[in-house]
Amino acid sequence: MAKTILAVDDSGSLRQMVAFSLKAAGYDVVQAVDGQDGLNKAKEKTVDLVLTDQNMPIMDGLTLIKNLRALGSYKSVPILMLTTESSDEMKAKGKAAGANGWLVKPFDPKRLIEVVQKVIGS
Amino acid sequence: MTIDMSQFYEVFFDEAEELLAEAERLLLGINLDSPDDEELNAIFRAAHSIKGGAATFGFMDMTEITHVLENLLDKIRKHEMALTAEHVDAFLSAKDVLKMELDGHRLATDVDQDQVADVKVVLKSLSEAGGVVIKPVAVAQAPAPVAAPVVEEKKPEVVTAPADGLNRFNIALPEISEKDANNLQEELGLLGDAVSTKQANGRFVIALTTDSTQDDIISICSFVLDPDDLVITLASDTPTIVPEHIVESALEVESGTEKTESKSKVAIEEEVGYGLFSVDGKDDVEEGYGFFAPFKPHADAAVVQLVGDDTVPSAEVIASENAHAEVHVAAASMSTSAKADSVEKKATPARRESDKAPAANAETSSIRVGIEKVDQLINLVGELVITQAMIEQRISMLDPVEHEPLINSVGQLTRNTRDLQESVMSIRMMPMDFVFSRFPRMVRDLAAKLGKKVEFVTVGAATELDKGLIERIVDPLTHLVRNSVDHGIELPEKRKAAGKGEAGVLTLSAAHKGGSIVIEVTDDGAGLNREKLLAKAQSNGLAVSENMTDTEVFQLIFAPGFSTAEVVTDVSGRGVGMDVVKRNISAMGGVVEIRSALGYGTTISIALPLTLAILDGMSVSLGKSIYVIPLNLIVETLQPRAEDIKTVTGEGRMVHVRGEYLPIIALHSLFNQHTDITDPTEGVLVLLEADGKKSALFVDRLVGQQQVVIKSLETNYRKVPGVSGATIMGDGCVALILDVAALIQMGQATNYLTGAPPFSNYTSNNIKSSNA
Repeated sequence: MAKTILAVDDSGSLRQMVAFSLKAAGYDVVQAVDGQDGLNKAKEKTVDLVLTDQNMPIMDGLTLIKNLRALGSYKSVPILMLTTESSDEMKAKGKAAGANGWLVKPFDPKRLIEVVQKVIGS
Repeated sequence: MTIDMSQFYEVFFDEAEELLAEAERLLLGINLDSPDDEELNAIFRAAHSIKGGAATFGFMDMTEITHVLENLLDKIRKHEMALTAEHVDAFLSAKDVLKMELDGHRLATDVDQDQVADVKVVLKSLSEAGGVVIKPVAVAQAPAPVAAPVVEEKKPEVVTAPADGLNRFNIALPEISEKDANNLQEELGLLGDAVSTKQANGRFVIALTTDSTQDDIISICSFVLDPDDLVITLASDTPTIVPEHIVESALEVESGTEKTESKSKVAIEEEVGYGLFSVDGKDDVEEGYGFFAPFKPHADAAVVQLVGDDTVPSAEVIASENAHAEVHVAAASMSTSAKADSVEKKATPARRESDKAPAANAETSSIRVGIEKVDQLINLVGELVITQAMIEQRISMLDPVEHEPLINSVGQLTRNTRDLQESVMSIRMMPMDFVFSRFPRMVRDLAAKLGKKVEFVTVGAATELDKGLIERIVDPLTHLVRNSVDHGIELPEKRKAAGKGEAGVLTLSAAHKGGSIVIEVTDDGAGLNREKLLAKAQSNGLAVSENMTDTEVFQLIFAPGFSTAEVVTDVSGRGVGMDVVKRNISAMGGVVEIRSALGYGTTISIALPLTLAILDGMSVSLGKSIYVIPLNLIVETLQPRAEDIKTVTGEGRMVHVRGEYLPIIALHSLFNQHTDITDPTEGVLVLLEADGKKSALFVDRLVGQQQVVIKSLETNYRKVPGVSGATIMGDGCVALILDVAALIQMGQATNYLTGAPPFSNYTSNNIKSSNA
């Protein structure tokens, strides 16, 4: 069965690009438009991987990650941050919040798939 | 596998355009003295999102500007810099440039590089003024927190608290010309002490000692080169780093033994972008991503050589190897450093619960479809309406008792068709806000340019109008608003002297009235001066008389080449425009009306049909043919008595209606068509009004009122003077839709009743005809 990935980003174009690329690579993709939406969708169905933007309205990526980690079902689900900020500060914050890694924007779809495959297999 | 990114361009363009419009709206409404944090954050996020998208989809010109913009906005939203009017102006021009660049990518329109350069210079100078810090506390903090987070440093205190508050950066440049490098060195010299050295490989490295942040450096460099190609390193006490190693291969340095170097390496965000933290506490850092410990690659995943970089303090590794919840503890232990202080500082103010994302939320419940699909749907429904009308007509000839069930079913079909038509038409409807939203900015800029104070009010922005009309109303409305600000509203002193408030009020309103939408531009300015208009018209050689009504006098401003402005400004007053405005609106089937009171203001009122596809019409017969007259242009219909018809020498026949003499236009002679009814008393006169002029159209009979689906005559046949389109009637016959404004003009030019020049002499050149 195809693995499901939750893609959270407030930018429609980037979200669609991520979703399209991942679908092309054979994954199922659930999309969410902000942290809160992401949290709700994550609760509906436990996914195999979460990709989240950091800077979003309503709930940002770090808060989403913290909230997800507080859920029993997301204790060990890999979470990657997709962010334009790759400062060590941001990495430290992401790590503290419970993220497993980061991927800096802008990225190439190929790179995204490569990273995702590394994390959850194809 | 290759993924064609261009398929996401449209989405990005739409999104960026929405974000730009939103940012502009927020900028215009911002309170300079106490800017709202949430608004600043929203503007920042807009710049941030556009930058992310532009970078992803490869629109580097947009990335460049948004990058600088974002940095400036970031400082402002963190209160490291006070927001000034110059900032707002610069941001607004940056928005314009971004929009221009966006259009350039999307529609292949011209991008004015001078304007782009101007904005860059302005933004740059504002960035350089970054030292203007509003809070004295922040002065001390400013260099440290911003510089520190970007460094991976074993002994953070060394970097975060340099004795002199200065940081030494090594900036490795990509291959650029010596001239560019020198220019850059000069520019960077403004930040501090900049020394440029040429490396063996021909590249330049600039060593900069400054109290500015890395962001400032990037901002400056990004005007000359792509920040992606830049490697900035923060040198420790002694500048021993050889940056070109990093330029050649960031990975190599990363995996190599020169740990000191890799730790003080400050690659800008695009440089090192991803990483994984591995189980043994060694980070898996590759170009572009990273995984934090404890990360276990999936069993299915290909075995990957993890790249080691054990910069994580061991205490933190132990902590983070436990459950994720405990990772917070690790973070807490880190907060002993100045680094974490700034982490906290950055984390708290940014988010809030109340922020709403209407665009994003709306997107989930809406879909984007191409306009051609909608138009096809509308066309099909149009055909369906015609077919339905045909069936209805056939049915009416059947015996109602015998065919009752059939008649009932058709009645049902009629209702369903009407509902379907309405629903389909509503797809094309857009709120007027789409047009109105561009004016606050324009009015603001204009008023500033002219030294006037204008309060801009919009009413009924939610009123909906067909998309095609919305797009076509933009130019005429822009012209009218511009005119109102330029000629209508007076200078503050003049207003004060006239006993009015210093700020003029300009109101843009939209409302539904019957089957049309009425859009009005109202100002409380000087009003139109009747005497001035008449004098000007006379000197322009227009036919005027003292007896003209105010309405007729006001209509004079729509004459070509007419301008009453004494001074032609670069804003308006060149005399081109109002006639174009009028023509555009007539072409849309609209009517323009002017109401004005000297000293109190002017209202220009535009009435437009709700849609271009359907028309409320009155069918009239002439001989064997049927014609359709747009209902909104009919004043009344009457059967004249013989004594009301007068013949005036040189003017042809006139009809006397309620104290007015109106010229009679006989349709049969105008269209050169045979009919048995040639005496107006035997037929019907339809009183028409367009462009402030009235005429009586003489036809045989009134047939009935109905909605007709407009078909273009031009695309199916050719342009015919006096006819704006065609429609298919219930019985399958084609009926022509009359162009009332053109008919009145044709009627004035010649009197056809008296057998003057025949219709065939007229070409579309000398008849201002409009065609739907």
